[in-house]
Amino acid sequence: MDAPASEKRLEQLREKAWQEGVVPGRGVDVVGGPIPRKPGYYGEPVVKPPVWTWEIPLYFFFGGIAGMSAVIAFAAVLFHHVDLARAAMWLAAIAGAVLSPILLIMDLGRPHLFLNMLRVFKHRSTMSMGVWILTAFGTCAVPGVIALELHTHQIFTSTLDQLLSFAAGIFIFGAAIFGTLLATYTGVLIGATAIPAWFLHRTLLPIHFGTAGLGSAAALLELLGHRISALNFIGFYAAAVETALLIWLSVDKHGVADRAIHEHGSGWLIRIGEVLNGPLALILRFFGLVPLAAISFLIGALISRVGWIAVGKVSGSDPESVFAAERY
Amino acid sequence: MIGEGTHSTNQRRHAYVQENVEVGFFTDPTVCIGCKACEVACKEWNHVPDDGFVWSGNSYDNTGHLGASTWRHVMFVEQDRQKGGQIVGSYSVTGNGEDPFRWVFLSDVCKHCEEAGCLEACPTGSIVRTEVGSVLVQNDVCNGCGYCVVSCPFGVIDRRPSPLPDAGGAFKCTFCYDRQKSGLVPACAKVCPTESIVFGRLDDLRAKGQQRVHQLRETGYTDAQLYDPQETSVRGIHAFFLLLGEPEAYGLPPKPQVPTIYLKSAWTAAFATAIASIIATLVAFAFSS
Repeated sequence: MDAPASEKRLEQLREKAWQEGVVPGRGVDVVGGPIPRKPGYYGEPVVKPPVWTWEIPLYFFFGGIAGMSAVIAFAAVLFHHVDLARAAMWLAAIAGAVLSPILLIMDLGRPHLFLNMLRVFKHRSTMSMGVWILTAFGTCAVPGVIALELHTHQIFTSTLDQLLSFAAGIFIFGAAIFGTLLATYTGVLIGATAIPAWFLHRTLLPIHFGTAGLGSAAALLELLGHRISALNFIGFYAAAVETALLIWLSVDKHGVADRAIHEHGSGWLIRIGEVLNGPLALILRFFGLVPLAAISFLIGALISRVGWIAVGKVSGSDPESVFAAERY
Repeated sequence: MIGEGTHSTNQRRHAYVQENVEVGFFTDPTVCIGCKACEVACKEWNHVPDDGFVWSGNSYDNTGHLGASTWRHVMFVEQDRQKGGQIVGSYSVTGNGEDPFRWVFLSDVCKHCEEAGCLEACPTGSIVRTEVGSVLVQNDVCNGCGYCVVSCPFGVIDRRPSPLPDAGGAFKCTFCYDRQKSGLVPACAKVCPTESIVFGRLDDLRAKGQQRVHQLRETGYTDAQLYDPQETSVRGIHAFFLLLGEPEAYGLPPKPQVPTIYLKSAWTAAFATAIASIIATLVAFAFSS
């Protein structure tokens, strides 16, 4: 009932007021006016968006590489690819026992209190589980790489060397087991929260993070010069799973509740990341362009981790998403 | 209740901490006058720093939302019950009894959930449950990992940014645990001039809340309801509210869930991925050897 502003309209209003005693009708929408036009309480966020900064997506990226490198190292040891096993264990130790803890500690509000993480063991807190997984992983990966190097270079005599090779095997096995958890728990970490776009995809996230970790580890080892068919096979597997996840994500939409994944800059990050480590990496690998496929996968895996944290910030600041997510 | 003077549960001394009695806040917007004494008392007693002076333009609310440095927040809800359009004039003049606008004040606070997302998420054990059932952050233990922030279904707890004092740690309402240990009532309840905030035994307050809802419904406030999500995984809150209208208008989630309910499906996916990755890697090496 947007009547034009005219003398005639004013006469109408006067007439109506005289006859009915009240004039119901639209007023003027004042920008910033007192009538709430925003969802919820003045559009204020209902849940809090994550406070995490650039360290966390980078940690997800390196943690994934470290964990799954140990898996590749374990398989390489089993099938006697010693050089590959050494490279993979070095990756696992550097990314998992050096870079990851540094990034995690940097992200803390009070880095000097980081040891308080080891005060308790709480299976219901994924953050606590993650810290223990990372600790266990480092405890296996560092002795694992040392034992493997000492054994490879035949530093000690026969008996001690046999012991070393046995120890290396045990530590690498341990690193592989904790490594798979290190690469996947990060999906649980953000999946089991109050952020709608995250918890609605809590089953997809660990699959995505773990598989992206496996593909990234293989890709990085390939770029370091280990061009063997086993890594190429892993590359195919990871890119194929990521392509399936891209399809899953575009089919399994929840409307307003997870719009942060499909709209805004955060949506573009997810899409670009998933295309790079899904279909594009698959096609490049299919045509034998292994280094390009590896680079595409690595960049995609990194962008998608940044994207998922960005999604959390957008989704957590969006009150409508929280209300809408309660239907699921 | 008001009129009881020093016998009111808001003023008299107690020994709830020593007796392990579950306590609570019942906040009733129908008697709130929006004076913000609770916000001031909370800041002063707990030495909560100011987090900026910003004009929001949202009614008289320049506080915005609960956070690391805002533990009580008086909301000024302007409800337009003729949803969608602005109404000129007042219907109540013509006698149909419906005010097109309603101005509701509600003092928001940490809900102190029965199943608290922040407490479950805390990896340092900094967040604990006290004898009176409240949820307390031990500031000297918290290392500021930020996981509680995304685990609270009500968006209450937050990490305090620099350069504020005690920056980097997570903060929220303490239910004035220090005062309660000494038999004193939380600062906000103590200063509330209309006893819109009532402190007391949780079971007493829940009964009182029900009574108040019936009273209001009988006098024409048909949309009065209690906000105490006992049927969701949060399993009830220690600081519960009376609401006029729907929870969304107050920025409260109608069905809050504690995020730990998502753990099972997420970990299942994680373990499945872990096993699939090991098998894929072993198969890759087996076939290429």
